Amino acid sequence: MEQKQLTGSQAVLEAFIAEGVDTIFGYPGGAIMPIYDALYDYKEKLNHILVRHEQGGIHAGQGYARTSGKVGVVFATSGPGATNLVTGLADAMIDSTPLVCITGQVYAHLLGTDAFQETDVINITMPVTKWNYQITDAVEIPNILAKAFYLAKSGRPGPVLIDITKNAQLQKFDYPGYTSCNHVRSYRPKPVIRKEYIDEAVALINNAKKPLVIFGQGVILGKAEKEFKKFIEKSGMPAAWTILGLSALSTDHPQNVGMLGMHGNYGPNVLTNECDVLIAVGMRFDDRVTGRLDKYAKQAKIIHLDIDPSEIDKNVKATVGVWGDCKETLPLLTLGIDQKDRSEWLEVFADYTKQEYEQCIQPEMYPSSEEMTMAEVIRNINEITEGNAIMVTDVGQHQMVTCRYAKFNETRSNVTSGGLGTMGFGLPAAIGAKFGALDRTVISVIGDGGFQMTLQELGTIMQTGVDVKIVILNNQFLGMVRQWQDLFHDKRYSFVDIQSPDYIMLAKSYGIEGAKVEHRKDLEGAVKTMLANKGSYLLEVMVGKENNVFPMVPQGCSVSEIRLK
Amino acid sequence: MTHNNEKQEYTITVYTENQVGLLNRIAIIFSRRKINVESLNTSPSEVQGIHRFTIVVEESRDVVLKIVRQIEKQVEVLKAYFNTNDEIVWQELALYKVLSEEITEKVKVERLLREFGARAVAIRKDFIVFETTGHREETNKLMKALEPFGLVEFVRSARVAIIKESAGFHEKLKDFEKRQPGEEVIENEYLGKREAVFTM
Repeated sequence: MEQKQLTGSQAVLEAFIAEGVDTIFGYPGGAIMPIYDALYDYKEKLNHILVRHEQGGIHAGQGYARTSGKVGVVFATSGPGATNLVTGLADAMIDSTPLVCITGQVYAHLLGTDAFQETDVINITMPVTKWNYQITDAVEIPNILAKAFYLAKSGRPGPVLIDITKNAQLQKFDYPGYTSCNHVRSYRPKPVIRKEYIDEAVALINNAKKPLVIFGQGVILGKAEKEFKKFIEKSGMPAAWTILGLSALSTDHPQNVGMLGMHGNYGPNVLTNECDVLIAVGMRFDDRVTGRLDKYAKQAKIIHLDIDPSEIDKNVKATVGVWGDCKETLPLLTLGIDQKDRSEWLEVFADYTKQEYEQCIQPEMYPSSEEMTMAEVIRNINEITEGNAIMVTDVGQHQMVTCRYAKFNETRSNVTSGGLGTMGFGLPAAIGAKFGALDRTVISVIGDGGFQMTLQELGTIMQTGVDVKIVILNNQFLGMVRQWQDLFHDKRYSFVDIQSPDYIMLAKSYGIEGAKVEHRKDLEGAVKTMLANKGSYLLEVMVGKENNVFPMVPQGCSVSEIRLK
Repeated sequence: MTHNNEKQEYTITVYTENQVGLLNRIAIIFSRRKINVESLNTSPSEVQGIHRFTIVVEESRDVVLKIVRQIEKQVEVLKAYFNTNDEIVWQELALYKVLSEEITEKVKVERLLREFGARAVAIRKDFIVFETTGHREETNKLMKALEPFGLVEFVRSARVAIIKESAGFHEKLKDFEKRQPGEEVIENEYLGKREAVFTM
């Protein structure tokens, strides 16, 4: 029997179909033209979203991956197309987002000759990819693509980049069919669970008087939300989250005590330094969470659950490191721990919440000032969505406020750039988030600074007709930097005063409806109009120019030195 | 533990797949943290398809432990170990090029070479190349000693090291490769064919 012949480009697309890919975010160019030519015949099976910039493409891929739980797929051409991916790769790497990025490359015989649009993508992206590989021969495509998808999504997920030279895209070869990959001999996605560490952890939890659980995105990536809930409920432990862990546990769960870190809640920050056992689940003790390390939870025994062995003891020394997938380790812990009621300990958190409510939350959510606050915008959104929307944020003050105040009932509902803090992430990520969860409302909350970094993606919204609600919280400043200049640089406002175009007119030019709100009396109605609108909508809200986000753990301070004002 | 923060020489041994670009993936783990690599040797291990890196750094135990975990995290790394100098047996190789006339005329040079256990690896009319192996201090000493006698060129290899407590690597590696053979390295076969292909 004669074997089927395919081109390398067709083999790439066949791999996508076999892997269940439905959406690709991309931008064509010279070196990836053969793949785009093949894509012309796959239009029925693969939905390609033409973005306006490769950075927008990869952020959309990230948004898609975060809401769908699938691998985000991105196309870019060689040279500038590929280098434009770098920010998104770094973002996906630090936030463990599964991506497969395909970049075109010049012909294999031109490698190293400074050919037109040639750049050394493999070496440029090496530190910001979980794995990358250059294909110069089409024969390699089925296996390498299978490996790429497997590596992107298994273990601790991350971005994978495959660079394919143009000759390999064009080359015809005997197609052996697609076999998905489930093993790479040098790669251990999940460490073996050690029973003795489970036992030690169980004993610590059972003897604890004041245990505190802190959780990160590992719970979501491990699809272990149910297992996590059972774990904390059985022994009545308070649980606090990192911003990437947010939405893994519904925000109104009685044991959800709030946000950790620099702009987190009062209780969990202060009580990190009072608990006797700190149980970290799928989080990596980022410095924005821990504050000053030599004064971080020194009194506590620390149990650290992580799938990535290199995270154990990296920043905070663990008393017991429970290596493994939390989908498997959490049920083992739950099995061992005693049923307990810890309402007294939870009361301590409630006391702190009360203080924070009076001094910070209430004045932010229901301000008496004439100026609108970011928090009251989020409150208005909460009141209508009732916590059922996906919230996508950019980076800065609005991001902290949204994470602090937005309500979430469902997992995979908070999409934000955590580790890298990429301004410009919000708008394209929201587009991807919507494609990843078409039946849900996606609201993108963005600052006036970040919006202007990737506003070209309004074009993508226009062309695809994707329904994304955009809320620009405009304080006419690069607010977070201004806040730091205010607090730590004697109010020397150095280049944070940023002007905006007429966003409503801008949206209109892309065929997107919008409204600008300058007075509180119009806010509620405007939010309602936005959410009731069929299709995308841009709402600009003018908020107080010099409002600061509090509470705050000043840099170099311990989490228990958190300031309420 | 204070001794964890004291810097000393560590030898890191890494078993990897034989893949293009892996050297860089490992190197950037050091350079990202601004750690200087004192010596680096990479060569095929005794088992085909598996490479062995020997990397020497001067760092604290804490830092080295974290680095080794980052190295092990790389997809194509099979295993990484780190050891202090008393846990390994190691050697470096040095080559010395000396002018023939100096050696033939000066008895002292001959004595020196004998003393250091140097071996001639190439003898020519105009120059002779000697070789010694040993620790850095030993090969250095001969270099210093030869300097006044017309040392023309000197080169030293990276450290290679055997871990004293490593019973069973060899069999384990062989068995591993036998059970799951490594993939062949695919190199660019098109380089140098530029004239033959018309491209745009």
